[in-house]
Amino acid sequence: MQTNNKTWTRFLTEVAVLAMLFTLGQYAITTGLLNQYYQINLNSMFINIILAVSLNLINGFTGQLSLGHAGFMAVGAYVSVIFTTLLHLPFILAVVAACAAAALAGFIIGVPTLRLRGDYLAIATLGFGEIIRVVLQNIDYVGGPSGIMGIAKDTTWPWLFGSVILTLVVIVNLINSSYGRAIISIREDEVAAELMGIDTTRYKVLAFVIGAMFAGLAGALYAHYFYIIKPDTFNFMKSFDILVMVVLGGLGSTTGAVIAAIFITSLTAALQSFPAIRMILYALILIVVMIYRPQGLMGNKELGRKTLARMWGAKK
Amino acid sequence: MSLMEIKGLHKSFGGLSAVLNFNFKLEKNELVGLIGPNGAGKTTVFNLITGVYKPDQGSIVFADNNLVGLHPYDICKKGIARTFQNIRLFRDLTVLDNVRVAFHKDVGYGFLSAIFRSPGFFRGEKEIEEKALEFLRIFKLDSKKDEVASNLPYGEQRRLEIARALATGPTLLILDEPAAGMNPQETQELMQLIQWIRQEFGLTILLIEHDMSLVMGVCERIYVLDYGQVIAEGKPEEIRNNKKVIEAYLGEEVN
Repeated sequence: MQTNNKTWTRFLTEVAVLAMLFTLGQYAITTGLLNQYYQINLNSMFINIILAVSLNLINGFTGQLSLGHAGFMAVGAYVSVIFTTLLHLPFILAVVAACAAAALAGFIIGVPTLRLRGDYLAIATLGFGEIIRVVLQNIDYVGGPSGIMGIAKDTTWPWLFGSVILTLVVIVNLINSSYGRAIISIREDEVAAELMGIDTTRYKVLAFVIGAMFAGLAGALYAHYFYIIKPDTFNFMKSFDILVMVVLGGLGSTTGAVIAAIFITSLTAALQSFPAIRMILYALILIVVMIYRPQGLMGNKELGRKTLARMWGAKK
Repeated sequence: MSLMEIKGLHKSFGGLSAVLNFNFKLEKNELVGLIGPNGAGKTTVFNLITGVYKPDQGSIVFADNNLVGLHPYDICKKGIARTFQNIRLFRDLTVLDNVRVAFHKDVGYGFLSAIFRSPGFFRGEKEIEEKALEFLRIFKLDSKKDEVASNLPYGEQRRLEIARALATGPTLLILDEPAAGMNPQETQELMQLIQWIRQEFGLTILLIEHDMSLVMGVCERIYVLDYGQVIAEGKPEEIRNNKKVIEAYLGEEVN
């Protein structure tokens, strides 16, 4: 019973901390403490967290190198915009549809391609991302290459905050369960996992579908904040950006993905006026990290109570 | 009724026949050895039994099920578990997690239970952890449960691999060179361990081994493989004196 009590205390503390953070954010936004510029960056940051954490499930935990995350984001963005801007349906319905459509796309892409390994899977998913973009460019219903404009700004602070928490809760809980161990065992040794009774294809597809679903959620949130979407927003560079966050944070570390998403978004924001320098700095950071810390900032460790307690102890 | 019966098993890789007309029988509770010179096709036989490779021809019947064409995970669920010649642990996972993975196939809670942390999840996790710790205690690894598997010394990695295989609840345990890289002292301990787990879990064991003291010491029956074919089969003392076997290992006698 004691462990049960502990679990409850922990759960309630977490809820309390989150409620505080949420209120703080809400207060800062409504009172204008956080100006428009910071709000936009905060929004990008949260969307990037969702993208990085969900891609990390595929690349970091399952060990399947996917380069098509922006493709799933595009599916989510376009489906949600069709629901709201073109069909005038409620935003919540649009978000649900975006997630479902992206998950479905993940399933359709995942079933045939996840038989491929390593480089081949990377190329197949890369191809998928580009196909989505080119297809969207050629559909007049969604505006072709110029995309859709005049999207209502439905992505509010509660939506953003709630979506990030939902993503984290689902992925962290999944990873810290028997299903998560099955998924990680695939990364560690696919043959051994299979011989231990794990249907590896099934779990690879599962991870891929969940990852795609959250990319779809991120797409919907993105579209309903920035007023306009066009196919080029979701090009290979976008997939690459997300991949950089995951690699920088450490493949297989959710907290690493969150930290890297925050860091990269802040860096991008700080260097907005110097786009050329931004790319150079990007490359430099990557090179330095790969040389001095190839496992990424966090490796496959998590930053949690235990690590913090250890660091605290070490300081003393 | 034999526990396992293999008939006319064939497997070739390109032009090379790795296993040729392999016939084999295993009775319940037997401890059988599979020996042969390097490259004789022993590990290929194991890979065919466990579904890693698909045979070109032949049948593998285990406890009334034909295993040919089944996925490795299905074969595991039918009750065959194995270890590997070159240890294949989940290297970055802890010792405890390595064994916990083996219980996943019988996980007592659903995927949604895991995400929403239902009471069933906590019950299931507790049960899995207790069972896994039990196996670690048997293999004297419980004090290292939180250690990352790749940090264990070699002998303990071997033991962990056997623990993980046993945790899947097999009726047939297949060991691919369990004593490889072990010193005589460790090999001796391993022999006792193999005998003991067989008694304790009522297992049938099939093993490949190059260490003759181990093979001759524990196996009740031995199959000798050379160039993908069975060249001899019998009790250890029969095999020891079999002319064909000596030739396969040492070459023909000079007149």
